[in-house]
Amino acid sequence: MSVLVDASTKLLLQGLGGAGRFHVDRSIAYGTQVVAATHPKRAGEVELFQGEIDPSGVPGRSGGYRVEVPIFATVRDAVAATGASASVVFVPPPFAADAIMEAAEAGLELVVVITEGIPIQDMVKVKRYLEGKRTRLVGPNCPGVITPHACRIGIMPGYIHRAGRVGVVSRSGTLTYEAVKQLSDNGLGQTTAVGIGGDPVNGTSFVDVLRLFQDDPATEAILMIGEIGGTAEEEAASFIREHVDKPVAAFIAGTTAPPGKRMGHAGAIISGGAGTAGEKIEALRGAGAVVAVTPSDMGDAVLDAMHRAGVR
Amino acid sequence: MKIHEYQAKELLGARAVDVPSGRLATTVAEAVAAVRPLVRDSGNAVVVVKSQIHAGGRGKGRFREHPDLAGVNVVLDGIEGGIAAAEEAVGALAGRMLGSTLVTEQTGPEGKQVNRLYVEQGIDIERELYLSVVLDRASGRNLVMASTEGGTEIEEVAAERPEAIVRETIDPAVGLLPFQAHALTWRLGLRGDAAATGRRFVAALAAAAVELDTDMVEINPLVVTKQGRVMALDAKVSFDKNALFRHAELNALRDLSEEESAETEAAEFGLSFIKLGGTIGCLVNGAGLAMATMDTIKEVGGEPANFLDVGGGATVENVTAAFEIITRDPAVKGIFVNIFGGIMKCDTIATGVLQAVHNVGLQVPLVVRLEGTNVELGLRIIEEAGFPGLVVARSMKEGAERIVELTR
Repeated sequence: MSVLVDASTKLLLQGLGGAGRFHVDRSIAYGTQVVAATHPKRAGEVELFQGEIDPSGVPGRSGGYRVEVPIFATVRDAVAATGASASVVFVPPPFAADAIMEAAEAGLELVVVITEGIPIQDMVKVKRYLEGKRTRLVGPNCPGVITPHACRIGIMPGYIHRAGRVGVVSRSGTLTYEAVKQLSDNGLGQTTAVGIGGDPVNGTSFVDVLRLFQDDPATEAILMIGEIGGTAEEEAASFIREHVDKPVAAFIAGTTAPPGKRMGHAGAIISGGAGTAGEKIEALRGAGAVVAVTPSDMGDAVLDAMHRAGVR
Repeated sequence: MKIHEYQAKELLGARAVDVPSGRLATTVAEAVAAVRPLVRDSGNAVVVVKSQIHAGGRGKGRFREHPDLAGVNVVLDGIEGGIAAAEEAVGALAGRMLGSTLVTEQTGPEGKQVNRLYVEQGIDIERELYLSVVLDRASGRNLVMASTEGGTEIEEVAAERPEAIVRETIDPAVGLLPFQAHALTWRLGLRGDAAATGRRFVAALAAAAVELDTDMVEINPLVVTKQGRVMALDAKVSFDKNALFRHAELNALRDLSEEESAETEAAEFGLSFIKLGGTIGCLVNGAGLAMATMDTIKEVGGEPANFLDVGGGATVENVTAAFEIITRDPAVKGIFVNIFGGIMKCDTIATGVLQAVHNVGLQVPLVVRLEGTNVELGLRIIEEAGFPGLVVARSMKEGAERIVELTR
């Protein structure tokens, strides 16, 4: 079991540029079903992907792959022709909001947005547009979503993941890789790893993913990786206290970040004295989570949380 | 991106937000020349001379060279002495303010040099209020905040008198609605003419915030004049840098002398860099990992000199630029490179780091921690290069401990 994506996910690529093409090729090598791409000028053509399969991906495959992905003018056409259920967005920032809304209008279940640098006001409109629609938006400015050995959507290195017992949710990319590798090395593995992104306005929150992991029978423990800025971690802590009975470990980046400065991510800023790492750590500890002191201890923190909860 | 008060007022004034008349002056002569037209047009003999720097607390701030002189000065000489007296007083003030260093609670002890003054008409103030438009991250919507405590920092009001703050959330589908503008101005106690002009002011400010893609617009104080006008006595505006591509005109408002030059230079190389106070330079890929690296250095007893995210594509060029920017800081006693190579392979990164170290001619200890794709190959490349003073670490924590030891 897993959340959000599995081997049945049919992926559409929005943004067939250099980065989009490169990473979707990695997804195909991993074994993800990539069924369509959209491009404003190349409808009717096919894009050829070929290479050596990634042995860390979907099992039971060997040798090379050669996949012809049909290109459509619109998401609506692509969904009608291929039954795509999810999309990954690599569209440049000025056009990304439109691409997300197009995907939602076409009824996709999941839209994963990798694009960094989308204007905040665009995301405010997108979030409003998505209200009442079935589409779940993950991101923007995120590494994507992966269910090990089943489906990879995004830009993460697939081979560090191992199918297993821990659900991972994070605002940061490389810090997620750090955590995933520790969980693969200590034998716990992951059910699904979800990057929710570093922007101040995003589609899926910690609480949304915590709820999914709580309801997923295969997920035995949860690791959440937060950072300074906003109150999403505090909201997650309240949710954990009231609704999560699985062991939770956490790490919060930015203990040493100075106030008033944006630490790389648009959303990572302590403003008006609020959004500090200390407040978030305290809230999570108060909710019973084991908080790792340094990122090197994230894997151990999960083991500790499982041990305390009597999960072996 | 931040701008000056006079620029903010110009942008808002052009969007139906009522602001006092004023003129920019970069010389004493310009400051003096501003007085006559301002007094003539406003009919008020009082003028105000305001330092223009990208930091708050100017009214309470004092100049290092003139400890008795505030950053904002009200000139009353015109009331009895006429325009000539006002001009003389403004000239004397401008002479002392321009080129001097203003220290406020937000500039830090080093202060900021004042190179621009804004000479503004005097206002007969009846009440001082507070109004701002900010992003509410929890709802993903813009929020209008108002308070009767004008002139006080909103964080202070929120802590001490939270009931004095009123809020209206803007639905992006329809914008701020008239009933919301009414609710805000009513709660601020505006009645009669002031209520009507207040509603127009709030509506215009909310629309301007969205149109200009601001991160924040803060009017503190918002004043009600004895004549019933509602005006922005001060205006602080900053912009969402991700939206600047659609506001070419705003780029001209940047004041590079107000920005940390190393941060501006880093941005040109696609690096995200922030200078801190410590001795250990950091070079990391990814914002979260970069913050966590700083935290780990602190945890093991060191102090980070900077935040630096080289981004996804750590090329020889941008790693070289990163080393140059880090080593230019004389406080840096050692450097910690912490890379998790995902799609970017560790051997490529190792080659880039060695090339950059060679280009820069590193004089301080360097600890490199690599993890991820082709890590063994990357580490071998570094070990074989046998670069003196370069230490390889196997984990982030070990790397942090090593660089702290080496810089002791």
